[in-house]
Amino acid sequence: MNKAITRRSSSGLGSFLRAVGAIAWKDLAAELRSRELLSAMLVFALLVILIFNFALELDVKARASVTSGVLWVTFAFAGTLGLNRSMAVEKDRGCLDGLLLAPVDRSAIYFGKVISNLVFMLIVEAIVLPVYSILYNTNLISLGLIGVVLLGSIGYVGVGTLLSSMAVQTRTRDVLLPILLFPVIVPVLVAAVKASSGFLQALPMDEILPWLNLLVVYDIIFIAVAFMVFDYVVEE
Amino acid sequence: MTPTPRALRILEIVSFLLFVAAVWMVFFYAPLEAVMGAVQKVFYFHVANAWVGMLGFIAAGVSGIAYLRTHDFKWDIIEVAAVEISLVFFFIAIVTGSIWAYPVWNTWWTWDPRLTTAAILELIYMAYMLLRQGIEDPERRARFGAVYALIGSLSVPLTFMSIRLFRTIHPVVVGGANAAAQGGFDMTPKMLQSMLFAIAVFSVIFVTLFWHRIRIGFLAQTVEQLKLKLSQ
Amino acid sequence: MIEVKKLIKRFGLKTVLRGLDFHVEPGEFVALLGPNGAGKTTFLRILASLSRPSLGQVSIAGHALPAQAAEVRRTLGVVSHLPLLYGDLTAEENLHFYGRMYDLQNLDSRVTDVLHMVGLEHRRRDLVRTFSRGMQQRLAIGRAVLHDPEVMLFDEPYTGLDQDASAMLDDVLRNVAARGRTVVMTSHDLARAEELGSRFDVLSRGAIAASCTQKELSASNLLTFYKQALAA
Repeated sequence: MNKAITRRSSSGLGSFLRAVGAIAWKDLAAELRSRELLSAMLVFALLVILIFNFALELDVKARASVTSGVLWVTFAFAGTLGLNRSMAVEKDRGCLDGLLLAPVDRSAIYFGKVISNLVFMLIVEAIVLPVYSILYNTNLISLGLIGVVLLGSIGYVGVGTLLSSMAVQTRTRDVLLPILLFPVIVPVLVAAVKASSGFLQALPMDEILPWLNLLVVYDIIFIAVAFMVFDYVVEE
Repeated sequence: MTPTPRALRILEIVSFLLFVAAVWMVFFYAPLEAVMGAVQKVFYFHVANAWVGMLGFIAAGVSGIAYLRTHDFKWDIIEVAAVEISLVFFFIAIVTGSIWAYPVWNTWWTWDPRLTTAAILELIYMAYMLLRQGIEDPERRARFGAVYALIGSLSVPLTFMSIRLFRTIHPVVVGGANAAAQGGFDMTPKMLQSMLFAIAVFSVIFVTLFWHRIRIGFLAQTVEQLKLKLSQ
Repeated sequence: MIEVKKLIKRFGLKTVLRGLDFHVEPGEFVALLGPNGAGKTTFLRILASLSRPSLGQVSIAGHALPAQAAEVRRTLGVVSHLPLLYGDLTAEENLHFYGRMYDLQNLDSRVTDVLHMVGLEHRRRDLVRTFSRGMQQRLAIGRAVLHDPEVMLFDEPYTGLDQDASAMLDDVLRNVAARGRTVVMTSHDLARAEELGSRFDVLSRGAIAASCTQKELSASNLLTFYKQALAA
């Protein structure tokens, strides 16, 4: 019975990356089948845009100044939904323990979850942007905006994955995540909103660049710190 | 029951006397500001309160790191004490700021970077309290609290930077003159002395309160221990 | 194989394990018995490297915890009362996933072997969500033996199973998971423990209160031994 069981003898980094890949793949495969998380996020995102439409009277003039704000609020709200669900799946059947029992570094779990959460978020954004463009008969999609959306989502998911693994282990669970996440993610959201509206209003690049730089710096800082403290969140 | 330490009792009296002195200085030593008048007096306490909030904020972040490194519960007690003090004093700073702002700029609230950051800090610390409330196991409560305090103390300076940049690119003129909107006025040496004195006094008050709150934390822990002994 | 000395585990102020000593020889099947709240699950979680000891030494297969946790994890297979499986993945995909987490080679043939061993070959492409509790538990055992661990830990594996499913699980536990391996199992069910165990340890108030082997037991039965141990 032992003949087939051998472990790879490759470097630590190789097995680390394989573990990260396995976790991300597992989430994506499960989601591809059930589509529970994505459809919930998507419907919710569209509802938020609908509500904004009535709340803000999104006529042409108003749209120019508030579009980027509307988009990021939508992404942030839909994002908490996804983050909560993605962590609840790990907690409910004890799967988080299953992951922790594997001989991989805890940060592999963090990065694996960050990747799958990021993919979910990007899928939702990739649908919301064209829908918004069609609904309001404008073209939002440009290379610059896509870059901002990517950078903003990385920072958002980087902190969100850490905090959702904390929230899921508390009594108040789902309620807690937005309360924990929104106040600390303000710098990322401010920079993302300003950079997006810069691209949407076709401002000169030297006005947008400081915000892009900030976004990159925030992403690096937040992910580095989340990576360092993730151990403390999952290990008793 | 351990009696209040002698040094703490002395510190209480010193804090009180210094506070009286600070009040005297603000009202009788510092001159009346020419444009804003008597309401400008609130400025001295406003700055001093914000300063204490800041001290608490730094203490909370540092004890968060210390807890994660040592897993020693004393750091958890110190962290909670720091967060609570910071929460209260930033709240006072926000209120005094509004009292100052209303007659001067004709608005209770301006989205000034410092004011906004203080408000977000309040929200972070309220979230911190809610997080702790949602966890039964004291070890996990301390661990998560420390992680969140750490993330918060990282995020707040970044928030301040972002909002400042936000405002420099799009200057918003509140009320009348731009200089006043930024909170600028020419301070005479006596005003400066009063402000620095108020800050020093409030630092002493901070130490007194912090000490008291930490002591309460340890006493509460002793009570829990005794309860546990009784129940077994 | 397992060596525990003076293990202490505290949750905040509450001490759950008080100087626990525990020793297991290779090939032994130790049934860990005790009332609720005695610390069985806490102890098993420490052995499984999911929880850190507050004080004391723990080593498994010559590797110390928590310093060499990664080496320990390679030698451990854990079955708990939760299945640790993903409902939206098939049986095969679940095993594949865990195989990758353990960085195994020839995964396809190994997964087929394991599914065969736990008698779920015919359901390999079905979602785990559609499995009965008993089938999920069998697959959970498959997941635990996938990397052929030397030491198995069972934490109340029978929770939530009916008679038939329990009987079937007995088989799999004995013939697949326990065969030639060192096992520690916590259980409420004395009859099941008596059937499977080669040694019985009673955990009471955070320490081992009594211990006896299957041979020593033959004079009396497990229930009397258990009651005596708790009364002492």
